[in-house]
Amino acid sequence: MTAEANTSREPVLSLRNLTIALPTGADRDHAVEEVSYDVARGEILCVVGESGSGKSMAANAVMGLLPKGVHPVGGQAIFDGQDLLTLTEKQHRKLRGLRIGMIFQEPMTALNPLMRVGAQIAEVFEAHGKLSGRERQAQALALLTEVGIPDPEKAIRAYPFQLSGGQRQRVMIAMALALEPELLIADEPTTALDVTTQAQILELIRDLQARRGMSVMFITHDFGVVAEVANRVCVMRHGRIVELGEAEEVLKHPQNDYTRALIEAIPSNVIPEARGAETDTALLEVAGLNKVFRSKGGLFKPAREVHALQDVSFSLVKGETIGIVGESGSGKSTLGRCVVRLERPDSGTLSLSGTDFMHLKGEGLRRERHRVQMIFQDPYASLNPRHRVGYAIAQGPIANGVPKAKAMTQANDLLDLVGLGGTADRFPHEFSGGQRQRIGIARALALNPELIVADEAVSALDVSIQAQILELLEDLKQKLSLSLLFITHDLRVAAQICDRIIVMQHGRIVEQGSARDVFLAPQATYTRQLLDAIPGREHELADA
Amino acid sequence: MLYARLILSRLAKAVIVLFLIVIFNFFLIQMAPGDPAAILAGEAGATDEEFLRQLRERFGLDQPLYVQLWRYVSGVAMLDFGFSYRQQMPVLDLIMARMPATLLLTGTAFVLSLVMGIVAGSMAAARVKKPSGSIIMALALIFYATPLFWVALMSVVLFSVYLDLLPAYGMYTVGAGHTGLALVLDVGKHLILPATTLALFFMAIYTRMTRASMLEASQQDFVKTARAKGLSPRIIQRRHILRNALLPIITLAGLQAGQMVGGAILTETVFAWPGIGRLMYEALMQRDYNLLLGIFFFSAALVIVFNIFTDLVYRLADPRIKEGS
Amino acid sequence: MSFFARFAQNRGALVGLIILLAIILMAILAPLIFPESPWRMVQRPFLAPMEVEGFWLGTDTMGRNVAAGIMHGAWVSLLIGLVSTTVALAIGVPLGAIAGYYGGLIDDALMRFTEFFQTIPNFALAIVLVAIMQPSITSIVLAIALVSWPPVARLVRAEFMSLRNREYVEAARLVGQTNTTIILRQILPNTLSPIIVLASLMVATAILLESALSFLGLGDPNVMSWGYMIGAARTVIRQAWWLSFFPGLAILLTVLALNLVGEGLDDALNPKLSRERS
Repeated sequence: MTAEANTSREPVLSLRNLTIALPTGADRDHAVEEVSYDVARGEILCVVGESGSGKSMAANAVMGLLPKGVHPVGGQAIFDGQDLLTLTEKQHRKLRGLRIGMIFQEPMTALNPLMRVGAQIAEVFEAHGKLSGRERQAQALALLTEVGIPDPEKAIRAYPFQLSGGQRQRVMIAMALALEPELLIADEPTTALDVTTQAQILELIRDLQARRGMSVMFITHDFGVVAEVANRVCVMRHGRIVELGEAEEVLKHPQNDYTRALIEAIPSNVIPEARGAETDTALLEVAGLNKVFRSKGGLFKPAREVHALQDVSFSLVKGETIGIVGESGSGKSTLGRCVVRLERPDSGTLSLSGTDFMHLKGEGLRRERHRVQMIFQDPYASLNPRHRVGYAIAQGPIANGVPKAKAMTQANDLLDLVGLGGTADRFPHEFSGGQRQRIGIARALALNPELIVADEAVSALDVSIQAQILELLEDLKQKLSLSLLFITHDLRVAAQICDRIIVMQHGRIVEQGSARDVFLAPQATYTRQLLDAIPGREHELADA
Repeated sequence: MLYARLILSRLAKAVIVLFLIVIFNFFLIQMAPGDPAAILAGEAGATDEEFLRQLRERFGLDQPLYVQLWRYVSGVAMLDFGFSYRQQMPVLDLIMARMPATLLLTGTAFVLSLVMGIVAGSMAAARVKKPSGSIIMALALIFYATPLFWVALMSVVLFSVYLDLLPAYGMYTVGAGHTGLALVLDVGKHLILPATTLALFFMAIYTRMTRASMLEASQQDFVKTARAKGLSPRIIQRRHILRNALLPIITLAGLQAGQMVGGAILTETVFAWPGIGRLMYEALMQRDYNLLLGIFFFSAALVIVFNIFTDLVYRLADPRIKEGS
Repeated sequence: MSFFARFAQNRGALVGLIILLAIILMAILAPLIFPESPWRMVQRPFLAPMEVEGFWLGTDTMGRNVAAGIMHGAWVSLLIGLVSTTVALAIGVPLGAIAGYYGGLIDDALMRFTEFFQTIPNFALAIVLVAIMQPSITSIVLAIALVSWPPVARLVRAEFMSLRNREYVEAARLVGQTNTTIILRQILPNTLSPIIVLASLMVATAILLESALSFLGLGDPNVMSWGYMIGAARTVIRQAWWLSFFPGLAILLTVLALNLVGEGLDDALNPKLSRERS
């Protein structure tokens, strides 16, 4: 995996003591402080950091695309003998797209929804006055073929909304590479993609880089990606560099404590130990579950049917933790929502401790609700911004007849349990993302449910916070003998905390078994694909 | 072909709405205090008992309610909107005679307000931090807050009385006998003040909306992508920002149709413009409820037609709807 | 930053607030400064402003004090504006909430109903309603309310539709809260900000509508309102332009002030927070 980095010539980009100031009132004074690193010719440099580390800021400064109020106050960014920080907007424009290309994170919104994809690629040529109209179209077609878009002739005339996330990202790459820039800046290009799509895009970038001898500055938060593509890596925290060096070295022997903590926080690739539930009492029994979502056809659109769940069956015993793993569109979230009856399955059986949970309605359902609770994904949307967190937790018991004073005391106890003692009077906006998830967990526990469904409960968190929350869940599981249905897209996370794993694809279960079995001896092709797609899988990271 | 289906379905919907309006009209007439026959006759025949008796018989006003309703509805279906005793003409004829003037006025005002509004809004968006941008928005706010009829009156005072630049009343110079091009110019001259005053309020709305829409569009991710390609700001404004910003404005324009027809009533009244708005004012003064409700029906019809039109334009502009996802 | 601090940051909003307070003051002080009815003829007609001591704004066609008319008219405008907006909210908020929360057939039915009202040109409808009900403060208030509720319902419906799928609402459903509790306790408090902003703009629109109705002669005949004053002066506009000018200016300032305050409220209640994640 170690591509030879050509260091015999001048670096393509050289950042020296770069300092960028943030507007007054921000979290800190500087987005980045005294940051220095080079991108050598023909190498891939990964800039790694969590959110708030400032990793994207330097890239924005290089392109002259810093947001309002943010400006460089010191240092230089040398490209081809020029200091990019001193260029006028007009001079920047000459470089953008032509000599430095950039791709962004959100493929869903990064393309103009009203322009055809081919036209948007052709624009790059137009911006720099190259080629005639017809030649531009031909080049666009060639580029689309090169980035591996299926059916390029059709794609070139498509509008962005007609393409998938992975396809749109390929279009972005095509646009960035159109004029063969010397440097490609990739700002978290795969973060918003499915794991299998991510693997494909990483491979594409690696290929293109090798073929064209391009230099790449790859910004990411995922050390697995670093292991997959980087020649060298630069680790950032709070706007400063904490470690910089060859990728292999840093991954195997991190010098800095923070780096080490980050690498350790990645759900390790170590095969999970064999473990199982302690009891045999069946808690949740699901058989033949089906759910179809129909979107109403308009005058022009045909009515669409999405088979979110197809004949799903499994069972969970008391004290067990089952992981439901799948990519977007696999049906895992729908399954979770059906189990808590936020959705109603079309057919099949769903029973909890023997009682039928499937056909309850109205008042009957409301009374049984307390038996299954959920932890939600988005910490910023799962708490009512107008309610104090103590009240948010106490609402459940209050709605079930517990007197208010008692419910509030219970809420306080729960907050203690999750490590947020004494904060019942505060509002959600006073807490961080990880802390809000803890409150969400406390809320789920408030009604003493028989089963808790965690719907991507850690997916929206930074890797280090993620590790903390998983630890908390593990802790609570032991203490309270919880039964947990853990929904996630990340196999590694599932392996850490689950006894058994169920893999879903397109609404069907493709594999189920103990976590260890699924990892060591995956039966289904799809499971194998998922395992292979995990970035950095083959690498032995530090602290094995 | 597909558009034919759309138009047909919209027309079908329109018919239902108009039908409901007709029924609504009917019950409104019933609600008016006093003797329905006297109301029908207006102030003209209110004292003549024999005349009223004839009216009652002729219009079946002594019949049960549902019979009357049926007569009214079937009348409307055959385009019989009743008779205006004051003006001694069928309501339909009266309205049709005045409709072209209103169409001319509202059409002009609409185009004027939309074009000027978008231009002003784009300029304000491009000059966000500069004083010129603030001035545009301040003016927009003032025009938005100004009562339409007052602007009309003040502009008559200013342009017609004091400056004597433009004619204050009517659609053309009576008795001048212009034809052909001279007539067109004459009407045009008379059109300036009414169309501009009517357009002012809506110009303000479109200016504010365009600015907000453009500012929002310029924050979108695809604008950053466009900049990263090295495109000039002018192309980015035009092709990326403006195009996306216009979509909500088209929707807004559709919603303003009703307001504009209402504004036409005031404008036509002040400027004595011979359209259905002024006719409504006359009907009001004369307590001619039949005519009043007939105009009401037609103004609603106008709004519906206009909405269908803007809806079509929106579908043309947004490929996400055109091609179906 | 507190609510007032955020509001005060918007200079225009402060100006608007001052103007609004001045007008409210005018309305309150009117019976003190001009204790007689503004309908009383007190001087020679057609006096220009400042022509006679004590008649700063002149007199109208019947010799009535224009200044008295303007001050008493303030009360009329504000009253009608506030009451009709309240009624419109009382209609629109529940309808929008139910349509937005429950969706399905109820939503369809309510949407058709709202669309119907929106197709009708609202000023024309107001005219028809007041004409048929015979002009009075009650009929005017009702007519304006009936014409103004659809945008409220639309806004509330949109808010409810977007919030009913928020995770904290789902959480509330999961713990067994009843629908009514969810609507009132969970969703409604989070929709108050846009409703308040809309309400301030609606008062402005109501005042414009009322003045337009009075201008056309559909005002309450017992009440001297600004619109009426402009309408009455229409025929003599060449000789006495000030009779139309001052009442119109009063309307302009009131509506402007309300709009500015509305924008200030918008800024104060919906601070644009940007979550920077580099």
